[in-house]
Amino acid sequence: MDLPGRWIARIAAVAVLLGGAPAAAATIRLSCGAVGRELEMCRTAAQAWAAKTGNAIEVVATPNDASERLALYEQMLASRSDRIDVFQVDVVWPGMLGSHFIDLRPYAKGAEAGMFRDFVASDTKDGRLVAMPWFINTGLLFYRKDLLAKYGAPVPATWEALAATARRVQDGERAAGNPRMWGWVWQGRAYEGLTCNALEWIASRGGGAIVASDGRVTVDNPAARAALADAAGWVGRISPEAVLNYAEEESRGVFQAGNAVFLRNWPYAWSLAQADRSAIRGKVGVAALPHGPAGQSAATLGGESLAVSRYSRHPALAADLVMFMTGPEVQKRRAVEASFNPSLLALYKDPEIVAANPFMGELAPLFEHALARPTVVTGARYNQVSNEFWNTAHDVLAGRATAPEALPELAATLRRVSRGERWGR
Amino acid sequence: MTAAARGGWAAQRRRQAWRLLAPLGVLLAAVAGWPLARTLWFSLTDMQLADPAAARFVGLANYVGPYGLLGDPSWWRAVGVTLAFAAVSVTLETVLGLAVALLLDTPSRLRTVLRACVLVPWAIPTVVSARMWSWMLHDQFGVVNHVLQRLHLASGPIAWTADPTLSLLCVVAVDVWKTTPFMALLILAALQTVPRECVESARVDGVRPWAILRHVTLPLIAPAILVAVVLRLLDALRVFDLIYVMTSNGRSTRTMSVFVREQLIDFQQTGYGSAAATVLFLVIALGTVALLRALHGPGSRR
Repeated sequence: MDLPGRWIARIAAVAVLLGGAPAAAATIRLSCGAVGRELEMCRTAAQAWAAKTGNAIEVVATPNDASERLALYEQMLASRSDRIDVFQVDVVWPGMLGSHFIDLRPYAKGAEAGMFRDFVASDTKDGRLVAMPWFINTGLLFYRKDLLAKYGAPVPATWEALAATARRVQDGERAAGNPRMWGWVWQGRAYEGLTCNALEWIASRGGGAIVASDGRVTVDNPAARAALADAAGWVGRISPEAVLNYAEEESRGVFQAGNAVFLRNWPYAWSLAQADRSAIRGKVGVAALPHGPAGQSAATLGGESLAVSRYSRHPALAADLVMFMTGPEVQKRRAVEASFNPSLLALYKDPEIVAANPFMGELAPLFEHALARPTVVTGARYNQVSNEFWNTAHDVLAGRATAPEALPELAATLRRVSRGERWGR
Repeated sequence: MTAAARGGWAAQRRRQAWRLLAPLGVLLAAVAGWPLARTLWFSLTDMQLADPAAARFVGLANYVGPYGLLGDPSWWRAVGVTLAFAAVSVTLETVLGLAVALLLDTPSRLRTVLRACVLVPWAIPTVVSARMWSWMLHDQFGVVNHVLQRLHLASGPIAWTADPTLSLLCVVAVDVWKTTPFMALLILAALQTVPRECVESARVDGVRPWAILRHVTLPLIAPAILVAVVLRLLDALRVFDLIYVMTSNGRSTRTMSVFVREQLIDFQQTGYGSAAATVLFLVIALGTVALLRALHGPGSRR
């Protein structure tokens, strides 16, 4: 058995050596995501920096699928390739990739102090600021204002209320002639998105975040068992069976077609729901996700940062680009034009941003208390933890196991993965 | 010619043979030996892709002990999935391949054309056919669901490749579709070595066709079928591309190769993943050695 990944990386490294660009003119290569308007916004901002500083910019295309992009980054970085100077990284990646990035603290000059604390913590590895928060994402509850008003129901604050309201409106609408109506759609496919969803159900009942910050595996507890059992009860009643195969876009599709009362999704769904041709334009409200009897609303922290490779030939210039891209000017433009949630706290009070995205002003405290996935403590093993967690959650949702059976097994696996809760320390 | 001269000549020939073999030996060592030795070495360390320089030698800890591969339930689940996949797909491929080969063996003008047609699935690269099938089986836009719903055989779209109970079946079905031609061709080659006289004299004696197949043809081609089955089994134990392309990262289709890739790339556990790769290699290598023994051993019919 050979190791194709490493060989690809080596071949790529050789290709770079043979065909590398001349080093005379400083060209900074950066990778941006390309979901929706991401690439366009990234390119314009980077070009503004290039024009300002007299350098050149090259935007490198990377796979859209997050796991494939991570695999590519891992191979490039492990082979010490200088093909990319600035990497756009997911909030859960610094623990895995951090050792390949430079410490940005000297370049940030304290700018990170004005950003979300938990995000900065996720981007910090062994005391080094390995990435600069760029924009954030959190789980939000989208609801149909018109339908709640029609049935005289308030926006649900607890999971119990959500299930009851979803059921009532769903049954009512079906009787009124829409047989495709469902109460509640979310992301149930076996992937990272399910980790985000299930973490919210558990944390909002006071069940913790899988692994405690001291490394103990805490996932098997009564609140977590209740959360998963509850969620399994939604499937087929208020959520379609197919939710077990829904990622963000599938669930948004059902909601946007007007066939769901409640949707759990990231902020990007807002600007699309309000788009000109949207069937639910003007009928959508955004609120914090519900919570359990003992606990408070929890929203998983997502988002992207920018990091500078240790193998870059122009680390100082690359860091300067990162500071420009994550600075208030660019972040404001991105928020106003494309609904990217800023990572800078102060921007949530900016009148132009709030006018373009009313929920950003209202839900600012929610963003501030967004729940970080256990990436800091699990470090390089986060992917493995998340994979085990979403597989367990998926088994319970699909009825292949019950929560009291599956969670002790998950806890045992995680203790094994962590080598006895040591997590490689 | 004296004995000494003959000895010198033989030695010279031997040296010549070594010189001629050397480039191949070097090439094999470079493309197979070196990566294999590296993998073996990595499997004895706790190396992680994030920081390969920090790797420490850990002996056999990746294989045995509390955190070793042999005590890892998810590895054994992967072994189980692999064995199930190999057993079911190879059985189906052999039975169907035999049937197709028997049909193709009947003299007909169409035979050459048919033989070429049958080979089409085998000729398509696996990644391409896997992608093709995953679109056909797609729950929203797939033609399979469309047809089933039109015929009222399914009430709603079926998530063929995402449903854990269906996904392994789908992978087996596509593998059977792809590999049956290969089996058919191997078995057809064997069928054509069966002497016509044997079959004809049995027919003259009034033996029924089914009995001819069971008692004359099958015993004669059994060794060839056995070789084909073992070849396919060794191949099926390494199955990767079909599953990687067709199904999401669920447990129900995680075979040994998928497990290795997941550990090495997704989880960055270079050491542990290398241990799994080594075990997989040993399984295949031992299987191959057993196959060669069976073919050239004293009990061989050849």
